[in-house]
Amino acid sequence: MTATQRNLTTAFFVLLIAGAISPMVFGDAKLGQWLEVVLGGLMSGVLYSLVAIGLVLIFKASGVFNFAQGAMVLFAALTLVRLMEKMPVIAALILTLAIMVALAWFIERLVLRPLVNQEGIVLFMATLGVANFLDGFGQTVWGSDIYTLDIGMPKEPKIILDGTFEGGLLVNMEDAMAALIAGLLVAALWVFFQKTATGRALRAVADDHQAAQSIGIPLNRIWVIVWSVAGLVALVAGVIWGSKLGVQFSLSQIALKALPVVILGGFTSIPGAVIGGLIIGLGEKISEVYLGPLLGGGIENWFAYVLALIFLLFRPEGLFGEEHIDRV
Amino acid sequence: MNLRELEPGKVERKLGDVILSLDDVSLSFGGVKALSGVSFDVREHEVRAIIGPNGAGKSSLLNVINGVYRPQQGRISFRGETRTHMEPRHTAELGISRTFQSLALFKGMSVLDNILAGRNLRMRTNILLQALRVGPALREEIEHRKRVEEIIDFLEIQHVRKTQVGRLPYGLQKRVDLGRALAAEPKVLLLDEPMAGMNVEEKQDMSRFILDVNDEFGTTIVLIEHDMGVVMDLSDRVVVLDYGKKIADGTPDEVRASQAVIDAYLGVKH
Repeated sequence: MTATQRNLTTAFFVLLIAGAISPMVFGDAKLGQWLEVVLGGLMSGVLYSLVAIGLVLIFKASGVFNFAQGAMVLFAALTLVRLMEKMPVIAALILTLAIMVALAWFIERLVLRPLVNQEGIVLFMATLGVANFLDGFGQTVWGSDIYTLDIGMPKEPKIILDGTFEGGLLVNMEDAMAALIAGLLVAALWVFFQKTATGRALRAVADDHQAAQSIGIPLNRIWVIVWSVAGLVALVAGVIWGSKLGVQFSLSQIALKALPVVILGGFTSIPGAVIGGLIIGLGEKISEVYLGPLLGGGIENWFAYVLALIFLLFRPEGLFGEEHIDRV
Repeated sequence: MNLRELEPGKVERKLGDVILSLDDVSLSFGGVKALSGVSFDVREHEVRAIIGPNGAGKSSLLNVINGVYRPQQGRISFRGETRTHMEPRHTAELGISRTFQSLALFKGMSVLDNILAGRNLRMRTNILLQALRVGPALREEIEHRKRVEEIIDFLEIQHVRKTQVGRLPYGLQKRVDLGRALAAEPKVLLLDEPMAGMNVEEKQDMSRFILDVNDEFGTTIVLIEHDMGVVMDLSDRVVVLDYGKKIADGTPDEVRASQAVIDAYLGVKH
């Protein structure tokens, strides 16, 4: 990282923190209310991160931008919700995971393997096809109604710290639970990638396909593993989004919100995906609540994309992505 | 500490039987003939060099041995088994490792992780045990780590073992590349221009490492190199290619004296 880039990053975080606390300093916001907004923002950020992590995983290991991640979220949630009608939750979860692994295997066999060594854009187009197929296939097999997904997440909001603040802090327990699950998932992924030989092989493939093959790493198996892990992440995202919004077609569109998150965090960094999600969640909530009245509202809808646009202009590799230095 | 320089002609290494041989191999890309009817063999424990002017087909030949390219014609025998072509991953399993001309290291990973990755084929325990770091997985990891530390000591890169490879100077990256190839404990090591782009000092270091690998581990070495001085000092036998054809094959002295080789390198009057 060069000095200018470090300065840019620092400036960005300073701006972010200044923006976040400015309602407290200059406005007449109450501390309790402000904390609620910040917490709410961070928690919805976690949900964006969950989808973004799936994108990053596949991009890291195969250089493919997987447009089908959103469709995988929908497919996993649909599969789970319909299976739960016939069996207990745990069995349905395990079976859904098995189906996602099978899906990964099919994608590797039928889509990736014939396209090996093709340009990134060709593979991207192929995932567009996978996304369309999954959207249609899922709804053909499982139906296209809106289903309620209830795996026993707490629905009632809780008031905490009512001694410290006037009226206390209202915390959405479902979001808090989601944040906890996401945290565990990220920790598990970290251990898997950094501490196991298979994780090391995955990172090796991400860095250089040819060299990985030369030391005997089987590319095909690695891809199946990576898409399976992305399937698992899609399932977790599907469960959480599904129980919040209901399982319906619009779930597959949440991948669009994950795009600015990975642009912000960097396409190759899992921590980047998490922090990018948090920044966007926090930023859009704060600006909606405190700037919304001044600008006529609706900021939540465009905030993430404008931020991503600014990043593409000044820092295309994102906050934590790798910059490519070519030796001449 | 070049053994062969210290005692020229005195070190008698036992050259074994033929371990790898190519028979009448031809490779073309569309209309371009990269290799035509090339045959040569490599004996166990020897240092075999492939030289030739630019575009002579040296790297193509290496890639045929390594399985990256499939020749249209010819046969490849390795340790008694004859095939029409090799597969990259299979090659690694058989005991052939390689380094790359333009470095192909895992740049985002540490030196340690790069070399550990080289032991991939020798890892046996499953993912779950690895993640939990229990029992056999832990023992296995410790065992591999020990071997990797030996290689790190051998290549004298202890001081950078935790550094991200992308941050290292070129000469050290080349050593890591060699280390990763060695980690698989190969029978045959293919080196694609191990000294390209190095200064004199780095070249001396690398030559010493190559000879030590050959002497201490008994690894058979096939190398492509441009620096004639290096090739003549290191190799037992040399193959010379020009325009995809073999024009000479023999000891460094024989090759040096060959008129065909002199013509290929200096040009002929027409």
